[in-house]
Amino acid sequence: MSIAPAGSKGDAILQARGITKRFGHVEALRGADFDAHAGEVTALIGDNGAGKSTLVKILSGVYGATSGQVLVDGGPVSFASPSDAHAIGIETVYQDLSVCPDLSPSANMFMGREALRPGLLGRLGFLDNPTMRRESAVAFQRLKVALKDMDAPISSLSGGQRQSVAICRAAMWAKRVVFMDEPTAALGVVQTARTLDLVRRIRDTGVAVVLISHNMRDVIQVADTVEVLRLGRRIASMRNQGITVPDLVGAMTGALDTVPESEPGVAA
Amino acid sequence: MSGDAAIPGPAGTADAAGLLAPQGLGRKLKAAAASSPFYMGIILLLLVAFFSFLHPATFASSYNVRNIFLDASVLLILAVGTTYIMIAGGFDLSIGSVLVFSGVVAAQVMLQFGTDSLLTVALGFVVALACGTAWGVFNGFCITRLRVSALISTLGSMGAALGAAYLVTDGSDIRTVPNALIALGHGSVGGVPWLVVITAVVSVIGGVVLHMTRFGRHTYLVGSNPEGSRRAGINVSGHLLKLYALSGLLAGFAAMLSLGRFSTTTLEGHANDPLEAITAVVLGGTALTGGRGTIIGTVVGVFIPAVLANGFIIMGIQPFWQMVVIGFVVIAAVYADQIKRQKGERL
Ligand SMILES: Nc1ncnc2c1ncn2[C@@H]1O[C@H](COP(=O)(O)OP(=O)(O)OP(=O)(O)O)[C@@H](O)[C@H]1O
Ligand SMILES: [Mg+2]
Repeated sequence: MSIAPAGSKGDAILQARGITKRFGHVEALRGADFDAHAGEVTALIGDNGAGKSTLVKILSGVYGATSGQVLVDGGPVSFASPSDAHAIGIETVYQDLSVCPDLSPSANMFMGREALRPGLLGRLGFLDNPTMRRESAVAFQRLKVALKDMDAPISSLSGGQRQSVAICRAAMWAKRVVFMDEPTAALGVVQTARTLDLVRRIRDTGVAVVLISHNMRDVIQVADTVEVLRLGRRIASMRNQGITVPDLVGAMTGALDTVPESEPGVAA
Repeated sequence: MSGDAAIPGPAGTADAAGLLAPQGLGRKLKAAAASSPFYMGIILLLLVAFFSFLHPATFASSYNVRNIFLDASVLLILAVGTTYIMIAGGFDLSIGSVLVFSGVVAAQVMLQFGTDSLLTVALGFVVALACGTAWGVFNGFCITRLRVSALISTLGSMGAALGAAYLVTDGSDIRTVPNALIALGHGSVGGVPWLVVITAVVSVIGGVVLHMTRFGRHTYLVGSNPEGSRRAGINVSGHLLKLYALSGLLAGFAAMLSLGRFSTTTLEGHANDPLEAITAVVLGGTALTGGRGTIIGTVVGVFIPAVLANGFIIMGIQPFWQMVVIGFVVIAAVYADQIKRQKGERL
């Protein structure tokens, strides 16, 4: 498997233009734009129901968009399934965790991408468990996540550790972008701080990290840029320089519009 | 440029020996000793020891042991399929009827074919496997494409397959079975009945595929978190379809073994098979919610009721007590498992 290294810092690695998404008569996205840059943390914020999770699911191949365009490294792409996004190097930590509690950390890390034994046994579908365990351990070590037992089902881990497994899985496979949909929502202070450290470490490897969070202090701590979504549309995109919590809240609620809301091509 | 710290990715080879060191044999043994198959295996051994001690001449006689194994063999083949289905979070109530249907059609075809040779038997196997697989694919189609729940889909085909079997035979058993097949059903190799050998081979293959291959791993993943599996790029519907087909295939296979053993289609004899298979699988520690289970556990789970029924008969206790006891044991086993899990799990 050869994958081009992540671009240099600041390159627009993933862009979305004019994305709309309808669920029946609910219009979750109404012409949303989005940009994520290599080696940066982009925070995606917005009120409940603004369309953040929907946008992430479209950008990771879970849903198809009703209309609009997705660009990777400036070229248009389309994802028919999560595997298509995986193939391009886009990984996601979903708001509702996508780990399997009954299986071990390494089984979870290699979920759907199991390593097979070399030779005939591999062609017969035999798993290469030692390799998967070793490479999982490498990934955990690299992101400084300590797990006591690599063989026990992850249902025996704490919520924060399970979250770490999901994040490490995304980081291990991501070559371009890691989406994290509210990774700290269920975590305590210490675990949250650790997760934010994890976010920084992943960013430092050169991939783009997109962080969805309702915690504005977290956002200000780690984000390089902040994209604000309201009612299915991006209404602000700002560098994290001297931004305050009231600025962000104002942008989310519309008390403070930094960008005029008239955009072309928006469904009525 | 911070990109030069690019993730080495899954091909990375950093030395992680420090992290891997504690995964020793001792830890594995400890985990195994805390598992349901282990507890249940102990219970099975105690039962065997108890009956053998009380009635060494009858219970422990080679004739009786042979009988226990023969009685368990057809059910174990069905239970192997049920183990896969239940690990994947599914249900298959149709296996008994599918067994009867496959047996009836195979018997009919072998009868029409006329001759009594290994070729006839081979033809019978092909027909029975095809019938079983067809019902399994039908179940899988209803469950994954029509999205009718597994309970209802397989309940429906349970009735339909049995009705169809009665239609094929006009309601009475076909008692003409090729001698070559009866020879298989009654013959032995080195003192071990063929049926037992075949069942052992099927169970071992079932266990190896479940525990060592990607197919098996996906079975656990799909049962543990179907939506997560889909997002991880696993074809969840396709996998479930294969599992129901496998369950049907094994029912078709069991049908031929049953024909060989009883020399008749036993139309009335398999109504309880699915429930007995589910009981065995649950006794063996497979979770009803999916994601957990082993073939070795299922083997133990098949033998506990079989040994109990046999032992009761030998002790002169009414064999109906076995049903009463097993009923309560299943409830107790699942309860104990839940308690153990709640302790081990932090939420
Ligand atoms: N599968 C779906 N079917 C129907 N409507 C949906 C679906 N998914 C999302 N929606 C709707 O789309 C809108 C945007 O939802 P989304 O989950 O993207 O919001 P969000 O910004 O992630 O909110 P939160 O902060 O609460 O997670 C909501 O009105 C929601 O009800
Ligand atoms: Mg959301």
